[in-house]
Formats: sequence, structure tokens, C-alpha cells
Amino acid sequence: MSTQIPQPSQAAPDTTRIHNIGYRAYDGPRLGRAYARRSLFSQSLRGAYGLGRSAKSKVLPMLLFGVMCIPALIFVAVAVVTKQSKLSIEYTQYALYLQVVISIYLAAQAPQSVSRDLRFRTVPLYFSRPIERADYVLAKFGAMASALFILTATPLLILWIGSLLAKMDFAEQTKMFGQGLVSVALLSVLFGGIGLVLAALTPRRGFGVAAVIAVLTVSYGAVSTLMGIAFATDNTGAIQWLGLFSPMTLIDGVQSTFLGAPPGFPELGGPSTGAGVIYVLVVLALIAASYGILMRRYRKVGL
Amino acid sequence: MNVTMPGGYVKGSSADLWKSPAADLGERLSSRLPYWLVLLWSEKDRAVGLTTAVAHTTTVEGVTVIATESLSKRFPRVTALDRLSLDIGPGVTGLVGANGAGKSTMIKILLGLSPATEGRAEVLGLDVQTSGAEIRERVGYMPEHDCLPPDVSATEFVVHMARMSGLPPTAARERTADTLRHVGLYEERYRPMGGYSTGMKQRVKLAQALVHDPKLVLLDEPTNGLDPVGRDEMLGLIRRVWTDFGISVLVTSHLLGELERTCDHVVVIDGGKLLRSSSTSDFTRTTTTLAVEVTDSDTHPDGTAVLRAALAEAGVTIHAGVEEGLPGAGHILLLEAPGEETYDLVRDTVAGLGLGLVRMEQRRHHIAEVFRPEASPQHEEVPAR
Repeated sequence: MSTQIPQPSQAAPDTTRIHNIGYRAYDGPRLGRAYARRSLFSQSLRGAYGLGRSAKSKVLPMLLFGVMCIPALIFVAVAVVTKQSKLSIEYTQYALYLQVVISIYLAAQAPQSVSRDLRFRTVPLYFSRPIERADYVLAKFGAMASALFILTATPLLILWIGSLLAKMDFAEQTKMFGQGLVSVALLSVLFGGIGLVLAALTPRRGFGVAAVIAVLTVSYGAVSTLMGIAFATDNTGAIQWLGLFSPMTLIDGVQSTFLGAPPGFPELGGPSTGAGVIYVLVVLALIAASYGILMRRYRKVGL
Repeated sequence: MNVTMPGGYVKGSSADLWKSPAADLGERLSSRLPYWLVLLWSEKDRAVGLTTAVAHTTTVEGVTVIATESLSKRFPRVTALDRLSLDIGPGVTGLVGANGAGKSTMIKILLGLSPATEGRAEVLGLDVQTSGAEIRERVGYMPEHDCLPPDVSATEFVVHMARMSGLPPTAARERTADTLRHVGLYEERYRPMGGYSTGMKQRVKLAQALVHDPKLVLLDEPTNGLDPVGRDEMLGLIRRVWTDFGISVLVTSHLLGELERTCDHVVVIDGGKLLRSSSTSDFTRTTTTLAVEVTDSDTHPDGTAVLRAALAEAGVTIHAGVEEGLPGAGHILLLEAPGEETYDLVRDTVAGLGLGLVRMEQRRHHIAEVFRPEASPQHEEVPAR
């Protein structure tokens, strides 16, 4: 036993004696900042599906994951049984049809990911360790986007495997599958960013849930209503710009311009290529803005 | 000597290993090698540790843990720290000040999370401006406020925090189990923390600060909200962090009194300025006052008075003062005991009178005396640089 530690000349109180089992110093590796960031990422990603948390918190994400996949399984079953030559749904349309499920998932999990740390004031503990603000934001952002990607890409994978089982054209299906993946990847990052920003604004989880639902569904409802009004009043020039004001129609605009997807409102037509470029720029700007706002949000939280 | 435990732990303070060339090599290697290989290495290291440890038994002394040089922090409205210069060595150091005296600001700066307006600070020889991440890897922090999510268990939470400090998954789990046991959490550690008492929560907060085996822990008001028993237990635990674990401690408090038993050194700041920086060891340890309490008997209805007379006759200096507010106050004799022989004399005198000896114990001076203007002569003040 090392003897350089000065022994106290007065005894510690007896109440603490029972813990005296000998202290072991840690001499193993310390893996540093990048490892801590990865650990936070994986913990957050697992947490987004309730893994490593209570049984109760697994129910909703797993249920929503099931709801996302069941239609895909039905489409596949129908296609295989009736020997269709093409799936009755486009890969790129899938997320659009099931956007309510995605919104509910995001509304439930984004506050879970960030509001808890704020509410229970765990954030200072993170920042008293080697990770920096950017590491925390990147890990949380990445985990949320990855969770959404798992949610939205798994049904596409089911569709693609189903299309191969139904012996559809491999090259064509794979290309469309790829386009679908790019589309949902973009959607995941955009939605993840928006969800986290809204959730991080308040330490109250309920407000976070409400804010995410409101922003996603209300904006989509408002934009599609305005599009309808513009169409009815023959104001067709405005239609392609209205889509810029809701996250879902933004993704729709991008994929119908560049990813071979049919526009969300076929009778209205999609944006022109020039407008499509604007759509892409707006999506990227929103993602960057989400990151920037999150970084700002956590500037004051450290300790 | 060092004994390597399964899982790559080395028993005993790591201070001697810091100096061991083999351990140094091992450390450099461990950043590049897979974990299992590192384990093999620390097995090998055992033999080396046996021979080198003894030579470095005193290296921990005389090293500066925290040093600040005219450190200032000014906010638009307030000056939180005003040209503060400190030199804090290993051990338990108390940072005392009223609320708003700049204690928390100081901790933020020491963790490299908030830049100083002026001056510089070093923690474990690392500059806070440039080496924040390295400092935070070697330092533990226990915040003043509540910081525990109620729906996870202490084990899960501390494992996660250990990984945030860079510990590999297996080591994080092993150290979590060890650390929680050291702070006194047993079966409760598998239950969600929402149901914990304040005392248990404080222990988890301390455990997460210790789990990565830091060289220094910064404890912000660790006794806040605890009842007197919990307070005593927490203070005892803090003392053990240094005496048993070899981890230096900086503990803040707004109560001077509660630090007297715990700290080797006390720094008092007020309004961001250094008020006093003193060693407490002379006052709390090497006191020569002996407290004696005896029973009464049939032959001597007032045992205390008889003993007082008998001891005075034997040439023992008896203090006139009477302790107040303690059990047996008024029945306790305080006397000067310069050496062992006084203890024997007291024992023999009590036995000769046929009285029962209830207690005979060393009394400590109170830290408050340190800060009184007419402080006692053995008071050794360490002036600020």
C-alpha cells in the first residue's frame, strides 16, 4: 500500500466506516472527447427508441415504428401475391403519406432527448467533462436525425426487398430506392433539427411536444390550404413558392424536382427546376440555422 | 506497493505511478493499443510497481494543485472576482464566502468554461485558457444544484457519466460499482433516482464526480439541504476522498464552521477578493487541550469538583472556561495536556478517587478562532502572494 497519503490524526466519524473497502485508482485508458461524443450519440439514439430506459418509454417509439412498417408490409404482400410489375406506392411518397406518424414520433422523442437534460439540469455535468458545446449539439442532432432515418428508411427497405421478391426490375427499383433514401435522409436531418430547436427552447416536456406537433402539422395544413386557394383562384404562379413554408412541402418540392418523385399535389404540379434549387437552399439553410440556434441555446447553459 | 486488480485497476494512489517510467510508457501505449492489450500491460506493470513505489512516497507533497494569479472576472454590472491570487496544494481546501462572493465563478473558470477577464489560472499545472478539455478530464465537478434525472437508476446514470469522461464501457461499469459503494449506496443504486432522499442524491452527485478517478474534485456546496447527520456523513466522506482515495478536494461552503474538521486549508473570499488564506491544521489537530468527564460517587457527590482540586494539586493547568452547548456541559474539565504523562496522571487520579471516567478526549480548537483578529499565537497564516 502506498504510504504517501497523510493519515488523519483524528478519526473519521464512525458512520462512514462501513464503506471502507479500499479505494482502487484507475490507471486504464481515457478515450477522450471523440469517444465521449460517440457515447452520447449512441446513448441518445438508443434512448430515442426507449432502449436503456424504462419499459414504459419503449411503448410509444416501438408502436410508431410498427405503424410505419405495417403499410409497407401490406404493399409488399399485395405486390408479391398479385405478381405486380411495380409497387403501388412510390418510395419517395411513403414518408409523405405517413407524415403524421413521423410528426408524432418527433414530437415525443425530441423533448425526451434535450428537454430532460435542461429540466433536470444535467447539462452542466456534460460540460464539466471533456466534451464541448459543439460535441453535445452534434451528438444530440446526429442521434435525432439517425433515429428519424431508421424510422423512415426501414419501410423503404421493406418495400425494396419486397420488390425484389416480386421479381420486379432490379435496376429500376434500386434506383428509386436510392432516391427514396436520399429524400428521407434529407427529411430526417431537417425534421430532427426543427424538432430539437423547438424542444430545446423549453425545459418543459409538454410544451416541447405541443410545439413540435403544432409547427409540423399546422404549417403543413396552412400551406396546403393556401395552395388550394391559390389553385382555385387561378393564382398558379404563387403555388410553387407556397411550398417553402412548411417542412414537409419543402422536402416534397426537393424530391419532385431532383429525385424523380411525383409532386405531392399532382394537379398543382411541382416547382420548376429554378424554384427547386431554392427549395434545396432553403432546406440546407434551415438545417444550418437549427444547428446555429442549438449552439446559441447551450451557450448560457454551461453550469 | 501496487497490487493489480482484475480489470486493470491498480490499488493504491496513482501518484507513484505517475512517476514510474514504466507506467508512463504504459500510459502512452494505452492510447494506441486495444483495451485487452492494455490490461496485459498493467499486469506486467505490477512487477515494476513493486520496486518503484517506495521511492516516490512523498512526491505528492509540495505540488500545486490550483494556482491563480491576479485572477479577475468582471461582468457588466458586477465584479465577481477581483485580482485573486491563490496557491492551493494537495489536500482538502475549503473555499468559504457568502452567497455571491464569487465561489461558483471561480469553479467555472477553473474548469475552463468561462474565460477570465484578467490574470491567469492553472489547475494541475495546466492553463485553464488553453487546456480546458485536459483539465476537465482530470477533474471532477459536483454542482450545487440538483442535476439527476429522476427516471434512471444511479448505476445507469453514473456509468453514462463515466463514459462521458472517456472511460471504456467495461471500466465505466466497474468503476461505477466501486464508486457508488464508496459513497455508501448499495441496493438502492438500481432504483430510479426520483425516489432518493436528499442525502442519497448528494452521494450520487459525489459519485459522478469521482467515477473517473480524477486528481482533483471541485465540490460546490456539497452539504446543502442536508440534516446535521447527513452533513456530518458528507463531511466525513469528503475527508476520505483525500485521506483514502488520494484525490485533492476544493470544497465551497458559506459556513465556515462546517469546514473545520474537513479541510487542511481554508480560503475565505468576499466580494471576489481574498480575505484570508490559512492552514487549519494547527488549530484542528495539534491541540493540547484535554476534556475529561467523570461520574459522581457516594463519597464524592461532586466528582468534577474533587477531580479539579486533585489535579490542580498535582500541578495540571486547568482551563477556567466551560464548554457550552455540548452534552455534559458543566461537568467537563478542560485541562492542558502537554504530553503522555498527563493522560496517565488523570487516569491514576480518577482511579484513586474511586470515580468513573466517562470520557477523556482531545478537544479541537474551533476554526472561527483562526479568523478572529486576536487569533492565538500558534496561528500560522499563509499570506496571499
